[in-house]
Amino acid sequence: MIHFVILINRQGKVRLTKWYSTYSQKERSKVLKELSGMVLSRGPKLCNFIDWKGYKIVYRRYASLYFCMCIDKEDNELEVLEIIHHFVEILDRYFGSVCELDLIFNFHKAYYILDEVLIAGELQEPSKKTIARLIAAQDSLVETAKEQAGSISNIISQATK
Amino acid sequence: MEQLKSLGRELAMGSQGGSSKEFLDLVKSIGEARSKSEEDRIILRELETLRRRLSDPDIPRRKMKEYLLRLAYAEMLGHDASFGYIHAVKMAHDDNIMLKRTGYLTVALFLDDGHDLIILIVNTIQKDLRSDNYLVVCAALVAVCKLINEETIPAVLPQVVELLNHPKEAVRKKAVMALHRFHQKSPSSVSHLVSNFRKRLCDNDPGVMGATLCPLFDLISDDASSYKDLVVSLVSILKQVAEKRLPTTYDYHHMPAPFIQIKLLKILALLGSGDKQASNHMYAVLTEIFRKCESSSNIGNAILYECVCCVSSIYPNPKVLDAAIEATSKFLKSESHNLKYMGIDALGRLIRINPDIAEEHQLAVIDCLEDPDDTLKRKTFELLYKMTKSTNVEVIVDRMIDYMINITDNHYKTEIASRCVELAEQFAPSNQWFIQIMNKVFEHAGDLVNPRVAHNLMRLIAEGFGEDDEGADTQLRSSAVASYLRILGEPKLPSLFLQVICWVLGEYGTADGRHSASYIIGKLCDVAEAHSSDDTVKAYAVSAIMKIFAFEFATGRKVEMLPECQTLIDEVLASHSTDLQQRAYEFQALLALSPQAIENVMPPDASCEDIEIDTCLPFLSNYINQAIENGARPYISESERLGTVNTITPASASHYQQDPAHSLRFEAYELPKPRAPPPSIQPSSTSSLPTISSDLVPVSEATYTTREEQYNPKVQTLADQISAEIGVRLKLEGVQKKWGQQTYSSPSAPSTSSSSTQKATNGMVTSDTIRQSSLDSRKQQIPEVSAEKQRLAASLFGKKAAERKTQGSTRRPAKESQHAVATSAPEPPEEKVVVPAVPPPDLLDLGEPSETATPTIDPFKQLEGLLGPAAGSDVASAPSPSVGAVKTPDLMSMFTETPSIVDSKSSDKGVVSSTIAKKGPNVKEALQKDATARQVGVTPSGNNPNLFKDLLG
Repeated sequence: MIHFVILINRQGKVRLTKWYSTYSQKERSKVLKELSGMVLSRGPKLCNFIDWKGYKIVYRRYASLYFCMCIDKEDNELEVLEIIHHFVEILDRYFGSVCELDLIFNFHKAYYILDEVLIAGELQEPSKKTIARLIAAQDSLVETAKEQAGSISNIISQATK
Repeated sequence: MEQLKSLGRELAMGSQGGSSKEFLDLVKSIGEARSKSEEDRIILRELETLRRRLSDPDIPRRKMKEYLLRLAYAEMLGHDASFGYIHAVKMAHDDNIMLKRTGYLTVALFLDDGHDLIILIVNTIQKDLRSDNYLVVCAALVAVCKLINEETIPAVLPQVVELLNHPKEAVRKKAVMALHRFHQKSPSSVSHLVSNFRKRLCDNDPGVMGATLCPLFDLISDDASSYKDLVVSLVSILKQVAEKRLPTTYDYHHMPAPFIQIKLLKILALLGSGDKQASNHMYAVLTEIFRKCESSSNIGNAILYECVCCVSSIYPNPKVLDAAIEATSKFLKSESHNLKYMGIDALGRLIRINPDIAEEHQLAVIDCLEDPDDTLKRKTFELLYKMTKSTNVEVIVDRMIDYMINITDNHYKTEIASRCVELAEQFAPSNQWFIQIMNKVFEHAGDLVNPRVAHNLMRLIAEGFGEDDEGADTQLRSSAVASYLRILGEPKLPSLFLQVICWVLGEYGTADGRHSASYIIGKLCDVAEAHSSDDTVKAYAVSAIMKIFAFEFATGRKVEMLPECQTLIDEVLASHSTDLQQRAYEFQALLALSPQAIENVMPPDASCEDIEIDTCLPFLSNYINQAIENGARPYISESERLGTVNTITPASASHYQQDPAHSLRFEAYELPKPRAPPPSIQPSSTSSLPTISSDLVPVSEATYTTREEQYNPKVQTLADQISAEIGVRLKLEGVQKKWGQQTYSSPSAPSTSSSSTQKATNGMVTSDTIRQSSLDSRKQQIPEVSAEKQRLAASLFGKKAAERKTQGSTRRPAKESQHAVATSAPEPPEEKVVVPAVPPPDLLDLGEPSETATPTIDPFKQLEGLLGPAAGSDVASAPSPSVGAVKTPDLMSMFTETPSIVDSKSSDKGVVSSTIAKKGPNVKEALQKDATARQVGVTPSGNNPNLFKDLLG
């Protein structure tokens, strides 16, 4: 299973973290520190896997961003590498050629998408189209809710004036 | 750069829409922060602002949403935002779906399943799982996966199960995954849902079917045998997937649904392992996948690798094995490091089936070993570890140690050190080499190795390799002493290693006469002085000095007290550590004794002699009898007192007791189980009989637990218990519950150690025989080693295939048996021949050692007149007395025939369980057990000579 997903950029800044196993806030900071040290210092032609405390880190670099996932020893590393790519392709489709800034300013949307790709530390949906449809449904629902809320709050504010 | 930033801001403004400028500024300033400390300052300021804002009683809900996202941002950067958690919980309860989603998102980011606030969110989740809007249900299910813990599973389980039939596939899929999570957290909670999973496997939606494979994989890895019927349908699913029968939206880089294929292959690997019939169904589809998979794409290789894993796990078939070997060699020949890594891993799996496969790739393996990439190197060491045999052990272990010396990663260092030790123990060509390797391991990773390794080393030096060859043992010891004296010159040595050194120097420092006593004592004083803060090392040093003095005096020689030794003793006499003090006082007392007395107190080289301890403490029986005559209650063993005759260890027993008090329960109370009858028999009260029988009725037990609670504080000490009157039976129960473990620990010791000594002698016997035979096998192998040591490749893989074959025929069984023990992975049936050769666990032999009647039986003897045969079952459930029951004929004759049969059966169980149960607290015994287990488990080669005889006739 995937224990956590971490996005860091080349400077070691954290862009997104999602923990599927229990880690305390203290452990999380420690993990982030250790990981960014390990991942960022690796050369370009080495493998995308790192042994780490009995687990394995699978990472992949996209422009300035590193996508890292921590998996169990017996998991298939190549598969996880492709899960990362699957996630990136979905982000790309959603944001339209995604870049780091999209994730910085819309980190909650990235979380929503991640929640559709992975659940409980496992790949949830292998079809990009299904995910895109679900995210679109959520967005449209949010839009209508927003409008409703807007109109209601307008009414209230007018009434209370 | 500047342009980029402004672009980002614009972009953010556009897509974020509602977010205020404040939030954008925060993100922006974080983005521009130059250092971590600057970032921390900004976030701390932000958190301060948010704390102030959130304390405002009415915050507009839209604002609140933004605050929560800001909190999530701060939390993501590693800061504590716990003051806002409750607001996230509240927001999840909101009716507006937008706010609700934000609430769920932040709650899932903030809280772990152990958090106190979980209990507040359960109600919200329950409500949302019933919602008409499937998106709300989805949001709730995502939260369920993250937040619901073992305690709260029952609160949502029925609803989640219901959602398995939801019309929307997204909901079904998430419900399946939620159940998968429940299984991880508490396997028993979903064990009754197997049929639901089987049904979901036929779901119309491939996504739901794929998700169902997750819980199925878990269930099958727990118990493959009950799912064998799925093989055919899983194979047909895999076949259809591979033939592109799924909608094209599931294609990924032109591969048909690769993630589903991989999951299916994983499950098939479990189902087919060691099962020829199940494996037969798989060969065709595996061959097809091997043929179809293109190795140009990453995902194709992922499937190929999974196929290799599957092939290496199921019952071997030459055709698919060839395909797997071919795929593996493609990996190894690839330029990509990733593929090489997978290839090394795959090779490690395949050599389990056929060790010769590695030969073809020796150069590739050595390339990987020399590679600068650490990950690849480690993987290769793992492969080498798997293919180690007596011919290449020296090269491999040397390499491993060289690597170990240079790494800083403690976790891996520990692992590789323990592997070195394991290989050295298993295949050591000579004792000198073994000691050398151990010295290196201790020197460089001494603080990381398991203390038992040190104990094994000491034991090895003390016992030697064989009883008949005393000369070799002395030589081994003096070479050990010489190497330790040399190593002591090193500036920094790990504590554990120093303990070994001190012990060996004390025991054998002067034995061969090469070093004078004062020289050794001087060295030991140096050690103690240099490590004045390490009490354990000092204690070892003081004891070692004491031994040397004792040995010298015993042989009539005089040893003068060195001044540094005197200062050391003086210092230790005033030490804060009572242990050190005691050693020093003992030392002083010893010096005053006569040589004969000293020889008796401290006989030279007697560390392997068994010290006989009469664990029955017969000198106390009079006292006990008297006490019982005066109305005291007889001793009741610990497991009996806990009411669980079988195998609950003390730790889990106490957990069981605490459980109801501390956890919240959502389900109805279960019916109380009938306990094993409490062995509370009063010598002078016949009324105990009815109570015993009534204990089997659930209702009476319930009342009796409540009474226990009441009486808890009143009875506290053992003394009270001994002098207790007949009437205070219930009070005693209270003692058992609340205070049982502490109060009874001392009296329970005899029963524990009685079994432990039995075990020890037992273990001694087996280990000796093993050692003996392992020595034989080693001797056979030694000459081969020197011949094959030319090139690294040659030394790792054997020189030529032809030469291998002649050796291979004799050596293969050794290798296979090693794998049978070392790897938990299921082995193909032909290896099973070896398994019986492994000596049976010691526990089974426990009955053998003869034992005299124990005083603990006495109370039962006295009952002879009072209790009829009905009490037989009562006695039978008491572990330690019943050992005696089997042994002592007079007690046996007390019972009618039927109970005695029950007796002997349950007594065996009782002994086994009591030894298992006591493993935790009794360190000495645990160590001993570890040591014997290791010897039994790790030196299987010792049994091989016999095996060869059987095989070769």
